[in-house]
Amino acid sequence: MNLTLPRLPEGQVLDVVRAPSHVLSASGSQVDPTHPLVVQLCADLVATMRVAPGCVGLAAPQVGVAAQAFCVDVSGHPKTRTSHGLIVLVNAEIVEASRNERGREGCMSVPDLTGDVKRATKIAVVGQLPLSGERVLITTDAFEARALQHEIDHCYGVLFLDRVTDAHAVYPRKNYLEPGDPLGP
Amino acid sequence: MTSLAITVVGHDRPGIIAQAAEALSGCGMNLEDSSMTLLRGHFAMTLICAGEAGAAQVEAALQPLVNGSLDVTVREVPEEPDLPTLGSTYLVTVHGADRLGIVARLATVIADAGGNITDLSTRLSGPLYVLLAEVDIPRSIDIEALQNRLADVSAELGVDCTMRLLENDQL
Repeated sequence: MNLTLPRLPEGQVLDVVRAPSHVLSASGSQVDPTHPLVVQLCADLVATMRVAPGCVGLAAPQVGVAAQAFCVDVSGHPKTRTSHGLIVLVNAEIVEASRNERGREGCMSVPDLTGDVKRATKIAVVGQLPLSGERVLITTDAFEARALQHEIDHCYGVLFLDRVTDAHAVYPRKNYLEPGDPLGP
Repeated sequence: MTSLAITVVGHDRPGIIAQAAEALSGCGMNLEDSSMTLLRGHFAMTLICAGEAGAAQVEAALQPLVNGSLDVTVREVPEEPDLPTLGSTYLVTVHGADRLGIVARLATVIADAGGNITDLSTRLSGPLYVLLAEVDIPRSIDIEALQNRLADVSAELGVDCTMRLLENDQL
């Protein structure tokens, strides 16, 4: 079931920060979800996520702001089971996590690498909605759970590189050509 | 700017990497991609470094490392272009009783089909042999036919083989 979000203002597309950048490693501050700057930040995160092809989530540190705010939208992704549609949360934390599964993930802020990371496949997250500040509990699984954990990690200054399963679990990201690509065979 | 490929293989002891990295840094060579592991207890490292020093200078700087128990090779390598993968990446896993020719037979099947192994590790643990390979497979290849061929050869070798698509979740 989709999360009912307050109506956010129009967002601006921001530049995505790439590693190595200190802001990606800084633990974000808790912020007032009703503050107009925080509401605008949330709207900007959504706008920036929407224009990036294949992007299913974005956290404030990825646009250069060390704050605990992020958005996620995994609707339509083939690995999604439960989906809450567009999720925008401030000051979120994971309160329950179980059933770890290893998966290879990449990140817009680390565009040339991927890594194997164990993530819980069932989680419960509490956080506040932007604008209203309402506290919500989201229980989810599978791909949405992985995306939420990845974005909440960003809010605490943690990258997937900090969580890889072993010393050989980081790989160069392969650049796949799509069928019909002019560079293709 | 030159790129050098360096291998260091031999008896393991604490401090090999520290000493090698210090020597490279002392020559102004930037250690780029590297991979090190223990292979049946032997220290084994391969790396690419780049900078202004030549192979002979770097080899001389690494000499103290050799010390009778390590082999070091240094050679200049050209810049390799970062080519896109024309297809998908699969993980091939094999396990079974060790015997001669497991890697040779299965890698030949993959190569004959046009697959390119981009990462490989094998481990022998007692009688058990384990192989893990990441393989780029062009989309023009009939995956099912390749899987069947691998299954046939694995059956002849008496080992179990699986091949599954490796997916990346971009978050």
